[in-house]
Amino acid sequence: MSAIANIKTIAKRELSGYFASPVAYVFIVIFLLMIGFFTFMAGGFFERGEASLISFFLWHPWLYLFLVPAVGMRLWSEERRSGTMELLLTMPITAWQAIVGKFVASWIFLALALFLTFPVVITVNYLGDADMGPIFCGYIGSLLLAGGYLAISCMTSAMTRNQVVSFIVSVVICLLMILAGWPPVTNMFVQWAAPWLVNIVAGFSVMPHFEGFHRGVLDSRDIIFFLSIIGFSLFGTSVIIRSHRAG
Amino acid sequence: MIKVENLSKAFGPKLAVNNVSFTVERGEVLGFLGPNGAGKSTSMRMITGFIPPSAGAISVGGFNMLEQPIEAKRLIGYLPENAPSYTDMTVSGFLGFTAEIRGLTGEAKTKAVNRVIEMCFLESVMHQSVETLSKGYRHRTCFAQSIIHDPDVLVLDEPTDGLDPNQKHEIRQLIKRMGEKKAIVFSTHILEEVDAVCSRAIIIDRGQIVANGTPAQLRQKSDYAGAVLLRTSGISAAEIKDKLSQLATVKRTAILKEEMHEVSARVYPQASCPNGELARSIAEVVGREKWKVAELHTEEGRLDEVFRSITLPDTTREAKP
Repeated sequence: MSAIANIKTIAKRELSGYFASPVAYVFIVIFLLMIGFFTFMAGGFFERGEASLISFFLWHPWLYLFLVPAVGMRLWSEERRSGTMELLLTMPITAWQAIVGKFVASWIFLALALFLTFPVVITVNYLGDADMGPIFCGYIGSLLLAGGYLAISCMTSAMTRNQVVSFIVSVVICLLMILAGWPPVTNMFVQWAAPWLVNIVAGFSVMPHFEGFHRGVLDSRDIIFFLSIIGFSLFGTSVIIRSHRAG
Repeated sequence: MIKVENLSKAFGPKLAVNNVSFTVERGEVLGFLGPNGAGKSTSMRMITGFIPPSAGAISVGGFNMLEQPIEAKRLIGYLPENAPSYTDMTVSGFLGFTAEIRGLTGEAKTKAVNRVIEMCFLESVMHQSVETLSKGYRHRTCFAQSIIHDPDVLVLDEPTDGLDPNQKHEIRQLIKRMGEKKAIVFSTHILEEVDAVCSRAIIIDRGQIVANGTPAQLRQKSDYAGAVLLRTSGISAAEIKDKLSQLATVKRTAILKEEMHEVSARVYPQASCPNGELARSIAEVVGREKWKVAELHTEEGRLDEVFRSITLPDTTREAKP
C-alpha cells in the first residue's frame, strides 16, 4: 500500500508543479486553440456534413507530436539540472515509484487538457445526431496516444539535463513512429529488406493503431500496442536513471 | 549507526573513493574533511544510497544499503551539496511534500513541518516560493527537509556553505545539539567548524582516509603542537637564541619577527620533553635574565597546518599521476 501512497505523493507534487508555473495555462490555451483551428478550419468539420469527430481526432497525432514532448521534456531533465534528483532518490522510495508517479502526473495533466475539448462533443451533438461510441473510443485512443508519446518524452528527458535536447529527441522519435507505416517510408525498406523486417518497421506506426479507435473499434491489440510503448519507455527510463547513478 | 567497510567508487579509470572504512555511533558528530575533489561528496552519495558503490558495504542502523535500501533510507536525513529543492514550491509546501514522502500524514505532518520551520528560522518565508529566496534561506529550507522526520542518522554535505557568519553559527549550534542524540556525518572544508562541532574528524585526500581522530588528536600531529611562542622587547634575537639553546628541553628556536626592539620566536621542544615542561624552563630563563616578556604561551597545534601537511594542494595534484 505504501507504494501507492508514494506514487500519489510524487504525482501530487508534480501536478501542483505544473499549475504553480505558467506552463500549464499556456499549454492548455494553445492546445485548445490549435485543436479548434485544425478541427473547424483545416479539417473542414462543417464541410463534411456528418455528425462525427473524424476531423477532430485526425489531427491529434500531429498536435501531440509537438505538445506532448513540451510537457514531458522537463520531467527528469529538470530534476537532474537542479539536483533535486539526488534528493528524490535518497528518499525511502524506489526509482520505479518516482518514475511512475511523475509519468502519471503529466498524463493526468494531458487528460485534463483533452477533457477541456468537450465543447467539440457538445457542438457535434447539437448540430446533428452523433454516434457517441466512436467519439468515446476516439477519446480513449487519444489518451493512450498521448500516454505513449509522453512515456517516450519521459525517457528522453532522463537522458539529458538539457530540456531542449530532450524535446528535440522525443519529437524525432515520435515523428518516426508516425511515419513508420507511411508508404514512402515502407517503400524505402521494401527495396532491400526482407518482408518481415518491413512488417516490423510498419508495425511500429502509431497511425493504424490510432485510426481504429476513432472509427469506434476498441481492439485489444491497439490498446496493448500503446500500453507496451508506455511500459517499454518507462522501463527504458529506469535503466537510464540507474546507469546515470552508477556513473 | 553508520558502518562503512572498504568502500570504493570508480568513475571509469579514476578512483574517486578508495577503500574507505569508518563507523559513526549515536551521539557522535563526524567531520569529513578534505580538499575539493577528495571524494567527500561521492562518499556521502554512496552512504545515502544515491549512487551504488563499486566495492564495499554500507550499513545504516543495521540495514544494508544495497539489500534493504528503503529501510536504510528511512533512517537517514540528507542534505545534498548545494542544497537542492523544488524551486516552484513554497517553503511549507516543499516541507509538506518531504514529510509526506517520509510517511507522515495529517496532524503528524503539520506538526513536523511546523517544528522544522521553527528550528530553522523559516517562519518569515514559509509562504514564499523557494525561487524567490536568498541562498541562505534556500539552504536552511533544504536543511529543514533533512530533519523533518527526526532521523537517527544525518548526512550533511557542506551544511554551512554559502551562509553568513550568523547563520553559520546557528546551523553549527543546531548540529551540535542534535549530535547528542543522533549519528551525524558532515563534510566541510572550514576547519574552525571541526573544533566547533565535531567529536571526531576524518581527513580524506584523493579518495583515501589520511587521518582519523578527535580534533585534539589531529592537532597533536602538527609540528607546532607543544611549541612555545615567546614575544619579548629590548633584547636581540641572537641573545634569545643563544640563551634558549642551552636548555635541555629546547630542540630549536625559530625567530618569527624582529622589528624595532621587539622579537617574536617560536621554540620547539625536544621529542622527549613532557607537556608544559618547555614553557616552565623558558619562564625560568626569562626570570633569571629579567627579559621583558609581552607574550609566552604553549601552542596547541593548528588544524590548518595538519590539513596542509597531509593533503596535497590542488596544484601539485595535477602534476602527480
